[in-house]
Amino acid sequence: MKHTVAVQVANESGVLARIASLFSRRGFNIESLSVGQTEKEDVSRITLVVCGSQRVLEQLEKQLNKLIVVYKVSNITNDPAVSRSMAFIKVRADYSTRSEIIQIVDVFRGEIVDVANDSVMVEITGDEGKINAMEELLEPYGIIELVRTGKIAMTRGKK
Amino acid sequence: MTKRCTGAEIFVKSLSREGVETIFGYPGGTVLPIYDKLYDSDFEHILPHHEQGGIHAADGYARSTGKTGVVIATSGPGATNLVTGLATAYMDSVPLVAFTGQVPSHMLGTDAFQEADITGISMPITKHNYLVQKTENLARIIKKAFHIAGSGRPGPVLVDIPKDIMMQEVEFSYPDRVDLRGYKPNYRGHPLQIKKAAEKINQSRKPVLYAGGGVIISGASSELRQLAEKAQIPVTTTLTGLGAFDERSRLSLGMLGMHGSTEANMAISHADLIIAVGCRFDDRVTGKLDEFAQEAEIIHIDIDPAEVGKRVAIDIPIVGDVKGILTELNKKVTEKSGNGWGSQIQEWKDMDCRKCSEIGENGRLSPGPIIEEIDSLTEGEAFIVTEVGQHQMWAAQFFKYSHPRQFITSGGLGTMGYGFPASLGVQVGNKEAPVFLLAGDGSFQMNIQELATAAKNNLPVKMVIFNNQYLGMVRQWQEMFLDKRYSSTCLRRRADCPPRCSEPGEDCPEMIPEFIKVAEAYGIKAEKITEPEDVRPALERALAEPGPYLLDCLIEVEENVFPMVPPGGSLYEMILEEESE
Repeated sequence: MKHTVAVQVANESGVLARIASLFSRRGFNIESLSVGQTEKEDVSRITLVVCGSQRVLEQLEKQLNKLIVVYKVSNITNDPAVSRSMAFIKVRADYSTRSEIIQIVDVFRGEIVDVANDSVMVEITGDEGKINAMEELLEPYGIIELVRTGKIAMTRGKK
Repeated sequence: MTKRCTGAEIFVKSLSREGVETIFGYPGGTVLPIYDKLYDSDFEHILPHHEQGGIHAADGYARSTGKTGVVIATSGPGATNLVTGLATAYMDSVPLVAFTGQVPSHMLGTDAFQEADITGISMPITKHNYLVQKTENLARIIKKAFHIAGSGRPGPVLVDIPKDIMMQEVEFSYPDRVDLRGYKPNYRGHPLQIKKAAEKINQSRKPVLYAGGGVIISGASSELRQLAEKAQIPVTTTLTGLGAFDERSRLSLGMLGMHGSTEANMAISHADLIIAVGCRFDDRVTGKLDEFAQEAEIIHIDIDPAEVGKRVAIDIPIVGDVKGILTELNKKVTEKSGNGWGSQIQEWKDMDCRKCSEIGENGRLSPGPIIEEIDSLTEGEAFIVTEVGQHQMWAAQFFKYSHPRQFITSGGLGTMGYGFPASLGVQVGNKEAPVFLLAGDGSFQMNIQELATAAKNNLPVKMVIFNNQYLGMVRQWQEMFLDKRYSSTCLRRRADCPPRCSEPGEDCPEMIPEFIKVAEAYGIKAEKITEPEDVRPALERALAEPGPYLLDCLIEVEENVFPMVPPGGSLYEMILEEESE
């Protein structure tokens, strides 16, 4: 099962190394990880998507909490939350297919952020399913390059 | 007005403020500024002859005194030589602060002379570590390092200090306390959980207390004794828990696990309730996990929440300091005059499973009686420090431990080469106490250079080598599970021996080295013992000697440790003795 975990950590050098080292050493399987500053200058937030049983997840949370640089670990998998990731997809496009591609991208509320003679670059933001669907639809045209961010998530309302 | 100080001065002042009396350290290029200040300081400084010896000595000092051990090493190889010692201390939750010199800040990352990324290297084997980036931060980081090392579940902390940081001048003030946002150990056990645990204990007919090193760290031995006596619960301890409960007590079951006693392993396997205190269900303790304590509900008391439920599902977890929790628990358990299975336990005890012949089969010494002789001569009051291997298990089985911190051994990591330097640290921290090192002939050679440290500081450690001329524990596994194929375990083996040989014999070459000659080279008195009747007089001579003393005991070469739970086996499937051929 997949879990989304939000981790507040100290914004200092070496923090990511500590967390990555913990995961590899204890054999936790990370699907995606994104990290960035928060509203507080000295705090960063890591959003993790991890696979594993409830027991594995419990151990992961406890091990993360043991790190001195970790301030707070919250499993937000079952909380009402908004989550997004983003992708750039460079797809083959010539004069005959370009307009079709633009239509597909419009339907998905993506954006064309670069156009070249034989390709376009698409920016798409959304949950995992949406990005997967976009990728599937663009596949037949020939995907040249794809890059996607890890997921970021925030629970709704107060808290 | 605050005075301006260099980083090196701040280092020395901060250590004084932490109450440090003894430092184990080895100088080098990047710690020169610190060593220059130490030259004028009042610390007792012990110079080992290898940084690994230094950190193990600091570890032995810490385990035996309960204080935080301090070790200093230079950058690069000095720092990497600490690695085994850090991992050893981390596994057994020993409070240590290791200071390493580092190349100057502007040279970091340039592969400078004697540069190694020791904070990167030591990340997974320390509780925490720091690379000091500004002299202004040094005092606060030292304060934090001692705080982290010694509180909660203790552990080693490494502080890496670039040389320029030691030389820069700033205003010095030492914080009285530090508040770490990401580190707040929970000491107080949840009252509701304690209440539930007490109810379970009161209902239980076949309870067992399983006590680990955490009881010793927490200083909870008397609370443990109270609980055991009040509710009449038999107690088994782990290897690192030896001494947490008086083994001379009627309620003691001795050690459990792979080489544990029959009564301990059978009691755990048949208990209806296990109260696990300050321990972590290590694989050497549990044996086959699926069949561990199948009939029991488990209460687990530990300060580290991550240990609860890590390997074994727990029915009643209580996270917090063992001492406080046991105190609360003792108020709530009802007094009993006996439990439902005292006679059953007595039956297991009567089997007296520790197998060691009086005299070895081939007329050589037997290890068990040597250890019992040490016990009797010291009236059970000595510190016993061990290396790792067969002799370590015999030391656990044959000495009756009665005090916490009396038995010092590398449990979790199983570090050969730990014992000898650790025994020196124990002696430094306990100047008047008798300290015995029990070592194997293999392990002793892993830090044999520390004979110089023992001699120069006149540390009166009594070294007893159980010399079977094999890497005995590995040989035992080869004998029992690998068709007696003694691959690379014979220490008498020379280049011209036959390529495969599993039969030690009269014609085998002499063991290298001759330990008594090595000892003599360091000016340490030594004797070789071959006859059982010489053991006691030799031990008496060793004890009478005001300095260090080495006894090379030639024991039966193929003696095995029993009982033994075969690797991957269940605790109740112990092998009790040698199969006769």
